[in-house]
Amino acid sequence: MNLHEYQAKRLFASYGVAVPHGIPAFSAQEAHDAAISLGGDGWVVKAQIHAGGRGKAGGVRRVDSPEAAAQAAGEMLGSRLATVQTGAEGLPVETVLVEEISPIARELYLSCLVDRASERVLFMASREGGMEIEEVAAQSPEKILLCQVDPAAGLQAYQCREIGFGMGLEGGQINALVEIMRGLYQLLLDKDASQIEINPLIVTEEGQLLALDGKINLDDNALFAHPDLAEWRDAAQEDERENAARQHGLNYITLGGNIGCMVNGAGLAMATMDLVKLHGGEPANFLDVGGGATKEKVAEAFKLILADDMVKAVLVNIFGGIVRCDLIAEGIIAAVKEVGVAVPVVVRLEGTHAPEGRRLLAASGLALIPAEDLDEAAQKAVEASRTISG
Amino acid sequence: MSILVDQNTKVICQGFTGKQASFHSQQCLDYGTLLVGGVTPGRGGQTHLGLPVFNTVRQLVDATGATASMIYVPPAFAADAILEAADAGVKIIVCITEGIPVLQMLKVKAALKAYDARLIGPNCPGIITPGACKIGIMPGFIHQTGCIGVVSRSGTLTYEAVHQTTRAGLGQSTCVGIGGDPIHGLDFIEVLALFQADPQTQGIIMVGEIGGSAEEEAAEYIKSHVSKPVVGYIAGTTAPPGKRMGHAGAIISGGKGTAKAKFAALKSAGVAIVDSPAKMGQRMAECLGRQAGLGYLQS
Repeated sequence: MNLHEYQAKRLFASYGVAVPHGIPAFSAQEAHDAAISLGGDGWVVKAQIHAGGRGKAGGVRRVDSPEAAAQAAGEMLGSRLATVQTGAEGLPVETVLVEEISPIARELYLSCLVDRASERVLFMASREGGMEIEEVAAQSPEKILLCQVDPAAGLQAYQCREIGFGMGLEGGQINALVEIMRGLYQLLLDKDASQIEINPLIVTEEGQLLALDGKINLDDNALFAHPDLAEWRDAAQEDERENAARQHGLNYITLGGNIGCMVNGAGLAMATMDLVKLHGGEPANFLDVGGGATKEKVAEAFKLILADDMVKAVLVNIFGGIVRCDLIAEGIIAAVKEVGVAVPVVVRLEGTHAPEGRRLLAASGLALIPAEDLDEAAQKAVEASRTISG
Repeated sequence: MSILVDQNTKVICQGFTGKQASFHSQQCLDYGTLLVGGVTPGRGGQTHLGLPVFNTVRQLVDATGATASMIYVPPAFAADAILEAADAGVKIIVCITEGIPVLQMLKVKAALKAYDARLIGPNCPGIITPGACKIGIMPGFIHQTGCIGVVSRSGTLTYEAVHQTTRAGLGQSTCVGIGGDPIHGLDFIEVLALFQADPQTQGIIMVGEIGGSAEEEAAEYIKSHVSKPVVGYIAGTTAPPGKRMGHAGAIISGGKGTAKAKFAALKSAGVAIVDSPAKMGQRMAECLGRQAGLGYLQS
């Protein structure tokens, strides 16, 4: 789960990571009042979406009066902002962050994440703030500073100093960086974050270190332990069908093709998408109905797939291990009847009680297309999708 | 021979009296696994599925001499369960539980270094040596004693590999599901080394997926250490970057961990890669047929 910049900065502040003074606003009036409340004669109004590249897309604007802040906020709120990271549709702007303007002397990069390869928390830093870290890694990898944290000993001050001197900081800035890195590390541990990024971390003209932007990604598996943070979820930033799926305990991801896929197991679900593509089709989605797939879950999965108008055929691929194929077959039959499926449905059942499942499907009187193995199932689904669209 | 578990492996179950654990423990017993008891704190002294229930793993291990455990406790308690097993002297810890917070696994992995224990999973189907010992949730009946070692990050794709090698008449020596989490126990390399050393195993099927670099590292290992034929498949060629594909560990981030790069690494290591998971069994048969000069190919 991703947090918004203003949410990340709220957490930063409570962990001693300095951020510019700012106030989130949900209306033009609130933006106006925020500017007055912050004081000064210049502000920046930042659209809050779960994507980067906002500046170039017009989602970050400097204003010099509370009225101008209100106007900028009014134009952003309720619109969709498309950046290089969002795709053409963009993401809805429902909140803006009004901040004081910070005079920038230098832009740096700092992040920490759970690194799967080393099985440790890893800090990454660079002198090249404001750029995507992947870009820096590709163009000038020598500019990236890394440090791994021993889970038992925790983050040491010398590690922070190495990063600080490596970034060209000096004097009191070194200790300021030590505090920032300690704050980030503690925040990551306390809140089960899987990644925290400050890009840019700026050195102001007065020599102060400030987190000018902030991204936090939380570990979905640990949200049960953080109900307060779970409430910060902004469903509007996420795919509607993906959210609906989550509520039914299904794993669904929209892909944009026209062959709907319903599969048990994440690996097999990915493999099924790949096979559709291999046989010349385009998968509409990834959908893992999970190990404990019930009749109800299968029916919900069908509704979810068919809610996508693009879908011209459905491919059901089940290898029954825990889940019995006859139960899946009952679910398919019930769902097809209930939802009124108008597109061809190719079904491949294998594993526990597969023959019983196949018999149920054949006896259902429904126009289901049986398939024996994976390749045949994908082929038939691709053919079926063409028949209906042509 | 086989790897890690056989007909003499004494197994216990943690979270024994729960619904999922009860169902799968019964399945394991029916398969012939030497399940000797289970642990549910507070229910020690009771009998469940005809087996004794203990309050702690240590009591159960002391009473039975069990060396393997399968864990079905909920995600919030699974890290505790893994370390309890290790501390009680269990050598093979199989954690089925899905959804353990990654920071907890990070601590567990660091702590496990102090023990002579092997963790399989979490978020995995388990391990099976056909006809001898099934520890996990895989459907036993699709397996057949034979000569192929299967190692996979995905449960259902393991079943595909098993089903196909059974149909091809090859069967399996041992199948290990290493799990779909970013931080997990046994990895590809450790399992490949065990299969390479196991006389019963003549060929290896390795199933990877997007995310991380374990397949690339395995490819490097195969180049210099594995002489047996390896068939490889990677799921997620069509997965979009930045999206978690069901498994917590299945994500392409920062352009890293793509199926394309993994396929390329395996290919350069001499692995027989297949673009369709439906072809794993057949390709394995071809590899062995060519190697051994035998003619037992497609069924």
